[in-house]
Amino acid sequence: MSMNLEEIKQYLKEYNGPELKIMEVCGSHTGAIARNGIPGLVSDRIRLISGPGCPVCVTPSSYIDRLIDLCLTPGVCVVTFGDLMRVPGSRMSLQQASGMGGRVKMVYSPMDVFPMAQREPETTFVFAAVGFETTAPVYALMVEQILEDHIENIRLLTALRTMPGIIDRLCAGGADIQGFLAPGHVAVVTGSKAFEPLAAKYSLPFGVAGFTGEQILTALCGIVKACERAKSGKDGGLVMNFYPSVVTREGNTEAQELVERYFGVSDAVWRGMGMVPASGRLLREEFAALDAGSRDLTEDHKINKACCCDKVLMGKMKPTQCPLFQKVCSPLRPQGACMVSTEGNCYTYYVNHRE
Amino acid sequence: MPETVRITMEHGSGGQATGELIGEIFAPAFRNEVLGQMEDSAVVSGSGRIAVTTDSFVVTPLVFRGGDIGRLCVCGTVNDLLMRGAVPRYLTCGFILEEGLEIELLRRIVRSLAETAAEAGVQIIAGDTKVIEGNGGLIINTTGVGSVPDGLDISAGNAGEGDAVLVSGTMGDHHAAILGERLQIESDIESDCAPLGEIVKGLLDGGIRVRTLRDVTRGGLGTVLKELAEASGKCFIIEEDAVPVSARVRDFCGLLGLDPLYMGNEGKLVAVVPREQAAEALEIMKNARYGSGAAVIGKVAGTGEGTEAGELLMRTQIGGVRRLTVLQGEGLPRIC
Repeated sequence: MSMNLEEIKQYLKEYNGPELKIMEVCGSHTGAIARNGIPGLVSDRIRLISGPGCPVCVTPSSYIDRLIDLCLTPGVCVVTFGDLMRVPGSRMSLQQASGMGGRVKMVYSPMDVFPMAQREPETTFVFAAVGFETTAPVYALMVEQILEDHIENIRLLTALRTMPGIIDRLCAGGADIQGFLAPGHVAVVTGSKAFEPLAAKYSLPFGVAGFTGEQILTALCGIVKACERAKSGKDGGLVMNFYPSVVTREGNTEAQELVERYFGVSDAVWRGMGMVPASGRLLREEFAALDAGSRDLTEDHKINKACCCDKVLMGKMKPTQCPLFQKVCSPLRPQGACMVSTEGNCYTYYVNHRE
Repeated sequence: MPETVRITMEHGSGGQATGELIGEIFAPAFRNEVLGQMEDSAVVSGSGRIAVTTDSFVVTPLVFRGGDIGRLCVCGTVNDLLMRGAVPRYLTCGFILEEGLEIELLRRIVRSLAETAAEAGVQIIAGDTKVIEGNGGLIINTTGVGSVPDGLDISAGNAGEGDAVLVSGTMGDHHAAILGERLQIESDIESDCAPLGEIVKGLLDGGIRVRTLRDVTRGGLGTVLKELAEASGKCFIIEEDAVPVSARVRDFCGLLGLDPLYMGNEGKLVAVVPREQAAEALEIMKNARYGSGAAVIGKVAGTGEGTEAGELLMRTQIGGVRRLTVLQGEGLPRIC
């Protein structure tokens, strides 16, 4: 495609074909689309839908509850990224547990747990290992270092999720989607090939996109054009790579092997959506000693019965259509995970006044 | 004074140890005729309208790249006065010293405070010290007093349709510097903590009919502009491309997933001026100390621009429109 940015913007603004719903499944895309003001730049007939792209938002409440139990246990310290601190479990959030005397440390890099563990050999440090395929390799590196250095006081509580499984569930569940903006950084690890089976199965176009406004618009343009070609009989199922500077078809095979060595594929519970087959990863049995109890975290409770995060995450409802949005639910008083995380659909809509 | 390295509860008793602490550390640094009288309160000349502000400083770490709590407490207080067009005159300083605070560190902070006060042209005319149990920390509370020239009315509600919106330099520096220290990230980003008197005086002496001034502190530019939009009942429109952010701060934010629009400064201001004076105001700011990075970043929407009162809009780099709100969440605690 050799259109410049102005031509791409014009094409997208003037699109007048059948209504298209294009879903992105990456929290960073949710944020980038809002921050760049992209919804206002495309035709009304192109609807951009945010799907389950935020790993914090899709973590079931039982995971948070387990972290809280752990942090309140003497001799244990929970180590986590910032976003997880405010996610409500069935009773409270980690931040509230910390206020009650629970031991929680916030880090920007998981590797920060190693000097902590060294300084306090009598404390067990449990890392809240949440994430998609992008982050899993870092956790694999952690496991490798723990084993190599024979570190006895670090554990992982994992909530690893994978993209293809949930996209399959969305499409099989009858979600009315005509194309996907595929997550660029997941694809760096998995390769764009990870989306090929889905594209073929559902005859849908996937555009692997970067994160600048221009990169997202370019990918959207490619997806819309593919949809137009599909209308005139051409097969719509294909994967297009619009982020070739870092994404290849094969991906980072070394990272893939590393993850595969320590984590096996498993079924996983997605908050508000229930069990989705082959959509997660767990530490393999032989490394069970490093697992802080990730295997049986399947229960999921809403904080507020009227919370619609599950429908929002599936793209069936816009955040603004949830009865709690803004009236009861806000970043200051979140009623669901989508409002807590800075990559959550509801949070992004709220802070950007998106309609 | 006997060999004492750290603050102890005795320093807070009001007796010998307190007297020695004041005599050794505070009096020599803040030397002026008024304070030298060591009375219970200061009686000074002043008439006409006065601006008064109070502030408390709880920043950690106490010393950071580009400044320290001493410099910060003068800048923060003085700048609050300047934002109403006042000439800052007097400061009071109440020190709450935690047991264990190194006296040499205290001396260094007090010296820095005195130097910044001299730079800002203010006198410290009243003070207090207390000692509490703790871990070597320090909290400073200030009150600032300035005189406001007759007829001057600079306030948040004054922004008018078509006015130009300027900032005095790059955004997010102080917040990035403090965060870097807290997380022990290797970086040479420095706090921009500075008194803005020269910029404000330049604008007023240069005949600029300044409508509003606001310093960009906690909450960042996004928060400040949204507050101004709501206070004035107008719509503010800014250009993403025009907001100055240093490459280092931008990279730092990119790495940590932060937005420079919502990160605070301690030495930058927003100025709203009539459109026809924008170019002149910009020139004045650029030639003033601490204003070299000044830029026009947007405007107050005019009638018929189809925009809502109290809205803050930003035109993005790719030509989209983003509606901004105040900072959601806690940002970073104890940056000031």
